[in-house]
This record gives sequence, structure tokens and C-alpha cells, in this order.
Amino acid sequence: MRSLDLAVPGWPGHRAGQHVDVRLTADDGYQAQRSYSIASAPSADERLTLTVERLDDGEVSPYLAGELRAGDKLELRGPIGGYFVWDPAAGGPMLLVAGGSGICPLMAMLRLRQMAMSTAPARLLYASRSLEDVIYRDELDRLVSTGSGLEVFLTLTREQPRSWTGLRRRIDSDMLQAVAWPPAQQPLIFVCGPTPLVEATANALVNLGHEPARIKTERFGPTGG
Amino acid sequence: MGFVSRAFKGRPRDEPRDARLPPGQYLVHDFPVLSAGPTPRTSLADWTFSIEGEVDEAKHWSWEELRKLPSETLTRDIHCVTKWSKLDTAWEGVSVDTLLEGVETAADYVMAFCDGGYTTNLPLEDLTGGKAWIAYAYDGQPLESQHGGPARLLVPHLYFWKSAKWVRGLRLMNEDSPGFWETYGYHMYGDPWLEQRYSGD
Repeated sequence: MRSLDLAVPGWPGHRAGQHVDVRLTADDGYQAQRSYSIASAPSADERLTLTVERLDDGEVSPYLAGELRAGDKLELRGPIGGYFVWDPAAGGPMLLVAGGSGICPLMAMLRLRQMAMSTAPARLLYASRSLEDVIYRDELDRLVSTGSGLEVFLTLTREQPRSWTGLRRRIDSDMLQAVAWPPAQQPLIFVCGPTPLVEATANALVNLGHEPARIKTERFGPTGG
Repeated sequence: MGFVSRAFKGRPRDEPRDARLPPGQYLVHDFPVLSAGPTPRTSLADWTFSIEGEVDEAKHWSWEELRKLPSETLTRDIHCVTKWSKLDTAWEGVSVDTLLEGVETAADYVMAFCDGGYTTNLPLEDLTGGKAWIAYAYDGQPLESQHGGPARLLVPHLYFWKSAKWVRGLRLMNEDSPGFWETYGYHMYGDPWLEQRYSGD
């Protein structure tokens, strides 16, 4: 996992949750392109952050997560998307559900929420394989400690520290019932992760009584390479 | 054409790129799932398919009625705007030509509409002449709900977001009008061979 801070002259700005296309060109003209969520909050300084998970059988991510050095240039296109987005004006409560690197677009929302000093109540349920796999762990702790009304629930699905007292299984209906805002509060729901997690979460939320139209999903599959 | 990315090599190019792969696409062998919201659930007893809008008379089919129409099996390559392509996918469904038989219309465009509220727009001529189907089986099995079952529109010559999952009907229109992703900046037509991914391509 690696976060890339990019200076993008002329960047028109983005909304929290949008993504960019990155295109690489080899010296013989061969090209490969993939989409990456923007992890940074929108800002006026023509900069953005991508957090890239290295996929072993990937073609673009090993380059971005390994070979790329400070000073290299990248070809970007974007921002792309406009449905899976949150703005402070949309308010809350917010329910964010992430699996693995699916945290990235949700992190852009949480960073924007903090920057805009939004007090929209927000809960993040975040599934990772182990504590070491939790991306942005320190920053999430800091965001919680500011007392702005963010709660974070981590669930560690494969491996837990001995002292771990938190959740330790895949996201399921009971977990969502305990963590999610009740349907009557009409939370804005954003779910991002691998397809099985997204399917299970969205189905469970519908069964718990949440309106399908308020559940927005984005997926990261094994083919995101 | 972009600039050269320092030290980028890409996948081995010992075999020629498959000529069936449009520009900017890469091959997958699984079947990725993409959708903007929960997978809708409609019981087959409540399911209908409609052709409506700028037509002399709207037409409707129940699930049973649709399944009694002559079906076709076909094998096509599919291309997703998120860059993956999958070759030789096998489908079964009813040709849109069959559904439009006897429909009188002067419309040039269509909005496909779906359970869950998804829509996508297409020129009518891209749905006729053996180019589009209402598909209900994939690889010999009933189409799984996460892939759009019970039935999805299948328009394999355009990017796959045009092949609307959970399709419930076609609304014929005199003027083109953006559907769901088209409203968010995706291309109005979406030809993968011209790499029409986003507005302006």
C-alpha cells in the first residue's frame, strides 16, 4: 500500500468520492490504464492523493506502488464519477462501510468532513484482514479524537492482536444492525470494497429497512490491477 | 498519446495483442460486478417488460410471456468502461427485434429503464438489426442477480454500462436524453472501438 501525493497543474478540483484514470505508456508505445479513487479531500491547491494497493498480478499498481519515484510524471484523467460523492451540504448522518482499500474514497469524505468542520454524525465500519492492514489507522484515530462526531468500528477478519477486544468477523447483518444508524434516521450510506462485501452489506442494509436509493456502492475487485 | 512513463514496461508482449481487444482495454477471465446500489429483488410474478413512450400502443410482457418468445443463443465479447474486456461470453435471450415487431414509432432514441432506478440511453438503430437482446441466461444458467438477472439488456457492441442490468423496459424517445451514468459525464454513445468513455471523447 502506498499513498502518492500528486501535484496536478490545472486540476479543476474534485468531489469527495470521485476517481481518476491513470495511464502509463512504455517506450514502445504500449499503454495500460486503470482507475483509482482519490483519497484526499477536495482543495484548491491543485494537489491530490491516490492510495494504491499493489496487486501481484496487476500491471499498473505494481508500478505505482513500487517503481514510481518523486519527480516522475503521470498521465491523469478526471475527475470521474459523480454519484458516489458526499458534500458537506448533504449533511448526515453518514454511514460509511469499507473493505480493504475500499476505504480510499470514504477517506476523502471523512477528510472533507473534517476540513469543512462539518458536524454531520458519521460512523465508519471498516473490515480489514489484520490490524496491520488497516489503512490510515493513525489518522482515523486522530479524526475520532477531535470530537467532531465521528465513530470508527474496525473489524479484523483474519488475524487479531491478542489484546483485541473489537469486532473479529466479516461484516454481517448483526454487525450492521449494531453499528448502522436506524433506518428512521435516514442515513446517507456509502459502501466500498470487494464485490462479496458490497453485495452482503447492501443486501443486509436493505433487509434492515434502509431505503435502497440511499445506499450507494462502489466496488474494488481482484481485477482492479 | 501520452508521454513515456519512466521505467514502465507493462505486461510481456511476446504474444500479439488480441485483435478483439479495443484500445485501452485489458482481458479478464472472471466476471467483475459493478453497480451503483443494492442488487434489486423483484419476484418473477411481479416482473414485466414494457415498450412504451413514443409508440402507437405500449406493449407489455409478463415473465412467462417473455420466456415463450423465440430466443437466441449468442457468443460475444463484452467491454466495460472500467477497462476490462471479456471474450466469448455466451448468452441466451430474446432479440429486441422480436419485441419491436409490430411496434409503430417515429422515435430515434431509447431510454432503457430498470429496477433500482437505473437508466441508460441509446439510439434505436443500435438496438435493432440483430444487435441487442433481453438476456436471461449466461453460460447456460439463469442470469445471476448480481449480473443483472432475471434479465438484462445486452448490447455488446457498446460499453457494457449500456447493457442495463435488471432491465424492465424500453422507453422510445424522439430526442436523445442522458441516462444515469451519462448524466455523470459518461459518453452519450459509448463505442469501445472509438474509446468513447467520457463526455467529449
